[in-house]
Amino acid sequence: MRALTWEGVNEVAVREVPDPRIENRQDMIVRVRRSTTCGSDLHLLGGYIPFMQAGDVLGHEFLGEVVEVGPDVRNHNVGDRVVVSSFISCGKCWFCANDLYSCCDNGNTNPAITETLWGQAPGGCYGYSHAMGGFKGSHAQYIRVPFADVGAFRIPDGVSDERALFASDSAPTGWMGADLGGVKPGDVVAVWGAGAVGQMAARASVLLGAERVIVIDRFDYRLAMTERHIGAETINYTRTSVEGELRERTGGRGPDVCIEAVGMEAHSTGPQYLYDQVKQQLRLQQDRPSAVRDAIHACRKAGTVFVLGVFAGMVDKFPLGAVMNKGLTVRSAQMHGQRYIPMLLDRMERGELVTEHIATHVLPLDEAPTGYQLFKDKQDDCVRSVFIP
Amino acid sequence: MSLIKGAFVGALGAAGAALAGRALAARSREQRAGGDTRWHVLTVYKPLDELRAGPLPEPLSQLGDAVDVELRAAPGSRGTEIAVRLRDGEPTGLSAVAARVTGQDPRHAVRRALRESRSLIETGEVLHPDARPSNRRTILNRPLGYATSHGREEGLL
Repeated sequence: MRALTWEGVNEVAVREVPDPRIENRQDMIVRVRRSTTCGSDLHLLGGYIPFMQAGDVLGHEFLGEVVEVGPDVRNHNVGDRVVVSSFISCGKCWFCANDLYSCCDNGNTNPAITETLWGQAPGGCYGYSHAMGGFKGSHAQYIRVPFADVGAFRIPDGVSDERALFASDSAPTGWMGADLGGVKPGDVVAVWGAGAVGQMAARASVLLGAERVIVIDRFDYRLAMTERHIGAETINYTRTSVEGELRERTGGRGPDVCIEAVGMEAHSTGPQYLYDQVKQQLRLQQDRPSAVRDAIHACRKAGTVFVLGVFAGMVDKFPLGAVMNKGLTVRSAQMHGQRYIPMLLDRMERGELVTEHIATHVLPLDEAPTGYQLFKDKQDDCVRSVFIP
Repeated sequence: MSLIKGAFVGALGAAGAALAGRALAARSREQRAGGDTRWHVLTVYKPLDELRAGPLPEPLSQLGDAVDVELRAAPGSRGTEIAVRLRDGEPTGLSAVAARVTGQDPRHAVRRALRESRSLIETGEVLHPDARPSNRRTILNRPLGYATSHGREEGLL
């Protein structure tokens, strides 16, 4: 089959790779209909997560049609149109039983790597390095879906492929940030990042009853899209002081909930950005946490900061003093997709959650390298490149 | 691009060094604490009574007389803790390094048996990696190749 593979730092290619096959009784094979880039892929492309091998298939956010089911798959049949959670979870361990699916004990075939790095191993993830199980990704014609009854969800007839695609990862990730961040009616919520996940976190905050939702980014086209489709206010941090602006808009209190949807390659203004860049490129720190720092500093006393962006290792200049003295709750997680996807599909069917606008560039799989270039360099007002195999 | 590649090699090296450093530090702590009697323990989400009602999963039973196995209830209805200890002790210091390099580390079998047993108890099967991977082994990714070939045998368990 054809697939987009990681070939080295900032090198990808479309080439022939072996077809997937049923390896476990609870597997199924899905013919990919749509698969999208994700900002977290850029950390793999850039070599910030050094657990990739040449030839690994990228992609973790997708939907498709079931073409083969393993003997123990009960909920799906050949021909079903399904959206699949990007995280691979067994559904049976203590973590899955408690809706903490991305922490699954049985979804990663290489738990030793992340256990050594982080103390405990999270579950697996499609196309997201050998640290997360080494599973082939979704930028391909076909994909193997382990624990299919747990991770795949039939798409209602009233929800298009274009909309349902983002129920695979962006929408549940964003929803999780608002939900586990404790957003409630009357809150003021600030979201760092107006990419797909940031927009979904903002929309989730609106739907959970937040009184004001403010999204922060440096690209006007993304902020305009957020105002138009999400119904949130915006701040361009290259033109004004975010903290001053937030202080003014929140009566001096600061946002009740701050959601960081940027990750380890954050941009910012001023000397701290140069400092973080130099240290990251020299590998003196692994991740650039400027958005997390800003969120912690801006958050109101006793508020909550939720880290949605992907981080892999150590960060520098973490403002622990602000966390402690302001009594903040800092929370984070990889996304517990299985917890939210059925509810999100219902909301998509009712028209409460729209996502089609995020797919600014839809390309055939053979043009995926171009799609990643557009996405990485934010060319042509790209928010997400979507591939059709 | 060469700078970026250099940075990537540096990242691999840094990650490898971090992993090795953590592993060596852990070994050092084990030695000071008498690590040759360490129990390897994980928790499975199944009540103790149900586990005791049947035989041990095959990966554990296959370890035979080489190990002691204990089952105990985990607190807070979290299931059952399975503890395994090598009867003849564990390699330490340089012998542990040599055992790992030569693939003779007896802890590998214990960790794999525990992790596979948990999967079998909880899900009924052990999740396999893709049998026909698309990646290629290169000189640069050999350390990663070692890590993935021991994906259930290394770690902190």
